[in-house]
Amino acid sequence: MNRPHRFRPGQILSHVILLFLAFLFMFPFYVMIVTSVRSPAELFVPEFRWLPESFTGLRYYIQAVADIPALTFLKNGVLISGGILIVQLLTAIPCAYALAKFEFRGRDLLFALVLFSLTVPIQAPALPLFLGLNAIGAIDTYFAAMVPFFLSVFAIFLFRQTFRTYPDEIIQAARLDGMSEWAILWTVVVPGCLPSVAAFSIFSVTAHWNDLYWPMVVIRSNDLMTPPLGLAFFADSESGANYGALMAMATILTAPLMIGFLLAQRHFIRGITMTGVK
Amino acid sequence: MTAAVQLRNISKSFGETQTLRDVSLAIRPGEFMSLVGPSGCGKSTLLRILAGLAPQSGGTISIDGTGIDHLPPSARDIAMVFQSYALYPHMTVRQNIATPLRMRRLPAPARLPGIGRLWPGQRSKHNGIDQAVIDAARLVEIEPMLDRRPAALSGGQRQRVALARAIVRHPRVFLMDEPLSNLDARLRVTMRAEIAALHRRLGATFVYVTHDQVEAMTMSDRVAVMMDGEIVQCASPAQLYGNPRDLRVARFIGSPEIATISSDELIAENGGFAPVLPRDPVTVAFRPEAVLLSPAADHLEIPATLERIEQLGPELLVFLRLGSGTRLSARAAAGRIPLSAEGQSLSAWLPARGFMLFDANGRRLDAPHIREFADAG
Amino acid sequence: MPADLTQSVSISRAPRRLGAILSPRIAYGLAAPSVLLLVLTVMAPIMMMILLSFTSYKFGETGIEWIGIGNYAQLFGDRTFRRALWNTFAYVLMVAPASVLLGLFLAVLIDGLSKGQRFYRLIFFLPVTATVVAMAMVWKYLLHGTIGPFNLLLQSLGLPSLDVFGGRDLALAGLAAINIWSLAGFNMVLFAAGLTAVPEDLYEAAAMDGMDSKFDRFLNVTLPLLGPVTMFVIVTSTITAFKVFDTVAVITHGGPRGATDVLLYTTYLEGFSYFRMGSAAAMTVVFLAIMMVFAWIQARVLDRKVHYR
Ligand SMILES: Nc1ncnc2c1ncn2[C@@H]1O[C@H](COP(=O)(O)OP(=O)(O)O)[C@@H](O)[C@H]1O
Ligand SMILES: [Mg+2]
Repeated sequence: MNRPHRFRPGQILSHVILLFLAFLFMFPFYVMIVTSVRSPAELFVPEFRWLPESFTGLRYYIQAVADIPALTFLKNGVLISGGILIVQLLTAIPCAYALAKFEFRGRDLLFALVLFSLTVPIQAPALPLFLGLNAIGAIDTYFAAMVPFFLSVFAIFLFRQTFRTYPDEIIQAARLDGMSEWAILWTVVVPGCLPSVAAFSIFSVTAHWNDLYWPMVVIRSNDLMTPPLGLAFFADSESGANYGALMAMATILTAPLMIGFLLAQRHFIRGITMTGVK
Repeated sequence: MTAAVQLRNISKSFGETQTLRDVSLAIRPGEFMSLVGPSGCGKSTLLRILAGLAPQSGGTISIDGTGIDHLPPSARDIAMVFQSYALYPHMTVRQNIATPLRMRRLPAPARLPGIGRLWPGQRSKHNGIDQAVIDAARLVEIEPMLDRRPAALSGGQRQRVALARAIVRHPRVFLMDEPLSNLDARLRVTMRAEIAALHRRLGATFVYVTHDQVEAMTMSDRVAVMMDGEIVQCASPAQLYGNPRDLRVARFIGSPEIATISSDELIAENGGFAPVLPRDPVTVAFRPEAVLLSPAADHLEIPATLERIEQLGPELLVFLRLGSGTRLSARAAAGRIPLSAEGQSLSAWLPARGFMLFDANGRRLDAPHIREFADAG
Repeated sequence: MPADLTQSVSISRAPRRLGAILSPRIAYGLAAPSVLLLVLTVMAPIMMMILLSFTSYKFGETGIEWIGIGNYAQLFGDRTFRRALWNTFAYVLMVAPASVLLGLFLAVLIDGLSKGQRFYRLIFFLPVTATVVAMAMVWKYLLHGTIGPFNLLLQSLGLPSLDVFGGRDLALAGLAAINIWSLAGFNMVLFAAGLTAVPEDLYEAAAMDGMDSKFDRFLNVTLPLLGPVTMFVIVTSTITAFKVFDTVAVITHGGPRGATDVLLYTTYLEGFSYFRMGSAAAMTVVFLAIMMVFAWIQARVLDRKVHYR
């Protein structure tokens, strides 16, 4: 698009500045990958080399997968963030539908509570949740890692806004056809609002894949650790000497989201920025 | 104050597509010139080139004989009113109107938003600007709204603010790009009169873009009709109506649309047309006024079917259809003609001379002998 | 005619009645699971947490003693907590302005490009998607005092090396740098949306009004129009920075000698390492109160967003 009257510093100057910043922004990724394929001896020479002298290939990757349970962490990441997402969708969508398309006593109160809860981060109810989970003996289970996130007030809020714009006539037509509300919701309304569902799913999975705080509170055993927790735990226990393996593991655990992002940039950007709050 | 504007052979291409082709136009000092044409024909593009907002691909522009092609928009002494009004939403009406003067009269540090007022030594300039803003606002009757934001104004009021922002500079030339198209029909008629009055009061040169031929015809000294990136004809409204040089112009100007019938069909309907029409096939065009529903001298009768009648109060628009499906419309005084059911057969009388003839390319063939009619209308 | 009228009225009202006929119990049924979860995982825990903050409860002990505002009184006398609070604010003061300005800078520069907009947006957004913990590892190595590539680069340029996370002076700034890096792209996208919302006409009007230089137009049109977006970005960046936890937990553990002790990390240690639930709850209440202030400002800002048309 030709937009001559916008503020446009010289194109070349802009490119120079942006390329320099892009280099700075990408440098950590570069270091992560290059360190994961170079021999440990090279790390201790007092000079930064752009390319590995001796290429270790996939050695550290194999080590990360074989010795350290990187695959287990990945699996836990998938199970936990997937489990959270499914329950979030199953609970938030009906609630949002009720808020958007029904009139019932207490609706405004419920919506006010939803708005209030939007501002409450997980750290606020953490202590009592921990005590409660401990009381029922659920600490160090998948359930414990997921349960505080089963309710997403953000999902309720978002889907309510989306459903409100969904035409009443279609819903009424479906009612006249004799469909149950449940069937209308899942087979008529939700398929019409898939972009919102997709954006929220990306937001939710990204947030819980990357979360460190709550797993750190409730997960103890290695084979239940999520990627961030596993990585943090591994880094501490190895006391940082084995950079190659550490970087290989960091690469493996970051890869799923990064690949997802590269494949569906627009959706990711929409999903992640739609809250305005990470 | 007033200025003549000369556009010579202006052309403009966006990549492969040529939007303007060799447009030349001489606008006289103090003239109200309208550019009219269907949307997409390049009117806005031409106006923006004139304003300096976009460079032309070829051709030159001069004001009072001096080339202005090298000048930035602000140095051309031209003001522009945009279709969307383009008011600064974060400024009050007063600040909006003052902006062109602030930018011109104040030194850079004093123009800074907010803190600029603190820059010393600008008192008298500020006072001058404040007074000019009030004067301009008074002229378009928005003085009571000076401290509102544009969001708190109605469409018509925003339009006035945009006008005031243009007036306040006392430019030599005013450009307006479809300034009334976002208003409702009533307001449009009022504003039409007001803009015309403003033009008379200011005496500046106005270039007015619109796709609405009624607007162009009612307000302008002259109208330039644009089609597909070219000016097809530039003439007074009466000339355009009565003496169009091109079938496209004839069709575009006037409502209901001019009726066109091929000479062959006309002759087939009434052999009396054979002697008065050229031998080669041409297109004959009749304005609704030329079509009569009762016999008259120098008119020939053709059979038609009544399709529809529109009551306009004192007069009627009668829409007819010929045997081959060709449509024809007539203007008749109400009550003069006994009309009944639609689908009724009747006769129309078409003039046997004084009609407009166009060749196969839509070019006018018969120009001269229609003059009297044109000047009368 | 009157018959017609009533008929059309009843037709237009019929569908609405259909909605009203439905028993509200359906709505309650739809909302019930969420309401249950809302009570169990948000409302009740927050109440409990507030109650807890007035007790001396320690995890693992059976007794629970009501001590009124004792925890709060103690907190504000506690040097560790005051330092954590101070560090958090210092951290926010570094991260929020820098990430906002950098985001704005990137958005404006990229918006002016005729080629490569997508490419740059992709690059600068990449850190937003990256797992913070993994990238924290990378940054820790990158800024390592002796073998970190950053220091090796400095040395090769003949500059003294910096032990960012080894000393008290730079540790917090180092963490802030990471957050700025991961937040700038996020803010960039928000600003980019704001920029595309500025109508082109306005720039043309500005050019006509005498704003000849791009800089004039930027100052008088772009910036004021981005005002509401900017406020929004500032508040969200502040909230994000305020919740810093991961990098502290992974890189510095609050060290060296408390230099990077921040509110959430201190609270975490108090509650889940030392199991002093009562005082951890009081800290959480302070944290939540500050969050509520931010949220209130954010709501006000969102309201204002509507103002310019
Ligand atoms: N910046 C541009 N880039 C490409 N094509 C353009 C641009 N501006 C206008 N055009 C094209 O030029 C033609 C004329 O546009 P315009 O002058 O806006 O028409 P009008 O104002 O008469 O409706 C249109 O077909 C439009 O698509
Ligand atoms: Mg136009």
